[in-house]
Amino acid sequence: MLSRVADSIYWLNRYVERAENIARFIDVNLNLLLDSPPGTQQQWNPVVLTTGDLALFKERYGEATAENVVQFLAFDAEYSNSIISCLKAARENARSVREIISSEMWEQVNTFYHQVKDASPAPQLAGLSEFFSEVKMSSHLFAGIMDATMSHNEGWHFGQLGRLIERADKTARILDVKYFILLPSVQDIGTTLDELQWIALLKSASGYEMYRKCQHRITPQEVAHFLLLDREFPRSVLFCLLQAEWSLHEISGTSTGRWTNPAERTLGRLRSELEFITIEEVIQGGLHEFLDQTQSRLNSVSEKIFETFFALEAV
Amino acid sequence: MRFDQYDPGDFYDELFVTQGQPRPEAALLTKRISSLSLEELHQRQQAAQTALFKLGVTFNVYSNNEGTERILPFDIIPRILPANEWDWIERGLKQRIYALNLFLSDIYGDQKIIKDGVIPAELIHSATGFLKPCLGLKPPEGIWCHITGTDLVRDRDGQWYVLEDNLRCPSGVSYVLENRRVMKSTFPMVFNRMAIRPVDDYAGKLLGTLLDLAPAGLPNPTVVVLTPGMYNSAYFEHSFLAQQMGVELVEGRDLVVADGYLQMRTTKGLSRVDVIYRRIDDDFIDPLVFRPDSLLGVPGLTEVYRAGRVAIANALGTGIADDKVIYAYVPQMIQYYLGEDQLLPNVPTYLCWEPDQLQHVLTNLDSLVVKAASESGGYGMLVGPHATPTQREEFADRIKAKPRNYIAQPTLCLSRVPTLFEDHFAGCHVDLRPYILYGKDDNIYVNPGGLTRVALRKGSLVVNSSQGGGSKDTWVVGHTLSQSQTQTQTQSQS
Repeated sequence: MLSRVADSIYWLNRYVERAENIARFIDVNLNLLLDSPPGTQQQWNPVVLTTGDLALFKERYGEATAENVVQFLAFDAEYSNSIISCLKAARENARSVREIISSEMWEQVNTFYHQVKDASPAPQLAGLSEFFSEVKMSSHLFAGIMDATMSHNEGWHFGQLGRLIERADKTARILDVKYFILLPSVQDIGTTLDELQWIALLKSASGYEMYRKCQHRITPQEVAHFLLLDREFPRSVLFCLLQAEWSLHEISGTSTGRWTNPAERTLGRLRSELEFITIEEVIQGGLHEFLDQTQSRLNSVSEKIFETFFALEAV
Repeated sequence: MRFDQYDPGDFYDELFVTQGQPRPEAALLTKRISSLSLEELHQRQQAAQTALFKLGVTFNVYSNNEGTERILPFDIIPRILPANEWDWIERGLKQRIYALNLFLSDIYGDQKIIKDGVIPAELIHSATGFLKPCLGLKPPEGIWCHITGTDLVRDRDGQWYVLEDNLRCPSGVSYVLENRRVMKSTFPMVFNRMAIRPVDDYAGKLLGTLLDLAPAGLPNPTVVVLTPGMYNSAYFEHSFLAQQMGVELVEGRDLVVADGYLQMRTTKGLSRVDVIYRRIDDDFIDPLVFRPDSLLGVPGLTEVYRAGRVAIANALGTGIADDKVIYAYVPQMIQYYLGEDQLLPNVPTYLCWEPDQLQHVLTNLDSLVVKAASESGGYGMLVGPHATPTQREEFADRIKAKPRNYIAQPTLCLSRVPTLFEDHFAGCHVDLRPYILYGKDDNIYVNPGGLTRVALRKGSLVVNSSQGGGSKDTWVVGHTLSQSQTQTQTQSQS
């Protein structure tokens, strides 16, 4: 398969997944705020902070109000990681590989893009929750269409790789949002408010019901364990890595447990560390630090994928 | 919606002889259309347009940075050609392409046609499409113009003319295939009862033509379609043809010359390419040989090509035949190479390069169409009868400054086909672009019918999509006549 084509399918899926997860970020915060007692100061800074683009936001918008943050993260066409920009990029990538993907996939990306574009400028805050759940559904629809209409060939595996790496990264970041929210109010730990916040967080990762099936109590440690290290929940970081590694090995034909290129080695190493670490060790070393490290290691996996498959230089 | 009120007027109408009297091959269709209400017709028209949009049969609008895509407006009333007439056109096209291919071999080879004084050397050397790096080139099987989309028009009296040859990268065939697909669901009953020649085998024939060019002895040659990229207005077609043939669609940046071969960058390393169907103009295809600023092409491609290690369709250098001054010499070429009279005539053409013809052009600017020799797509043109005196004066100055660059032709009155408007049918002017494939052993295939472009602005003669043009399906109807009948037909027409 052409490197450019593989690259486009990879990024098509990353961008769709990214758009979905930005909707989740904002949604988790909207939910948290609704449950916080009246008079509590609204915290939108952390949401922007987790994107890594706080400086840019401050420069463009100044104060982190709900309106500003939603505008920035969802509808700002000049901010490259906003939902609208992600979908625009996804659509452009899809357009360049239309003869490779199924026409249903193209139609869905196209519809998805227009759906968000038509919603811009931002709907009223009251309508936001509905808007974000539509974004999530559209992303699921795309993933489902791809699964059911495209041959599970090399291109499909590159798409999976993109989606799963993006999802692992963003689940880690969603967990981080909670970390920042908690930071200024350590006294709330273990209170009702705290539990409500964890529930909101799980819901935003579509994980509340699934969590309940394996854990009775909501404790920070167990929630972190669930979102990071669960082997069965499809949005947990470990689950994403296991699936991504499978796709990577399907592409290269190397049997699992071995590596023949830097992408396999980096991803395999990260996956095995997550498989064998305990949540106690994670908490001990600091959850935020661990999340931060995981994110930068995911970036390096992505770089290795790029070097191995997409950036082929003629010798 | 009945055709009673439809007046063919003082034009050649493709479906009607006179008001109320359809041509024999169109009788069944017009009867069927008459049995539908106006509302039903509009519903079908809408359904057809929606289907085309969903199929993605779109062209990009360059100026819009959102990559807006539009469909070429489509009209559901087809253009009909009787089989006997089509067979004659097909013969004319084959003759013409055969001669043009001989011309290309000659002009980049021994140049006998110049030496024998048929075409002046200076006309060849002053043509922008004449590429010196192609001198001495021997493309596989001696084929230069593998894919041609010749533009034909029909004048008021019903006479066919060749308007342009288009031997570089003719586009539009995807509309032919997709229009037909949509029409089959629009008028299934009519298709059932009429013998309409199918067009669907085009992609298969094209792939066959390309595979035949691969260097000998390769069990499984790699064919690719080379596109300038998704911002090109014909990107849909490039993508569509690659998909229909089941081959890779590549851009220049996917290709590299390594170890003396053309290779594409894949996830498993470099992989050899044997045949390119290129949809990039000569100028842009290799920055080492042609335009150095081109980012679309592949540095070093020409050298690999000359060494016979990759085949390119169409061959480099075919643009010389698209020069409108060279076009004027096609009748002489047919005579020179084949010893035959041309079957399909050229539009009478005045060469401003010849002083007495220049004088005629300048004095008759108000009745002539003047065209720049190396432009296409309706650019660099003056339509005398529609121009203001100031425009004509300005153009006259340009002609006098560079007479070699201009030709002039009488203003033709293109034939018309009834077209659906809000509450009535109106005749709209059309042209026709058949697609021709030149295969090995001089096996020439003409896809039956071709693309009918229609000027949807009332009274307009301009069929280009950028200027309000649309398209119609083209039906070649009826069975092939026997050989002897075809010949009689040919003689009576020529």
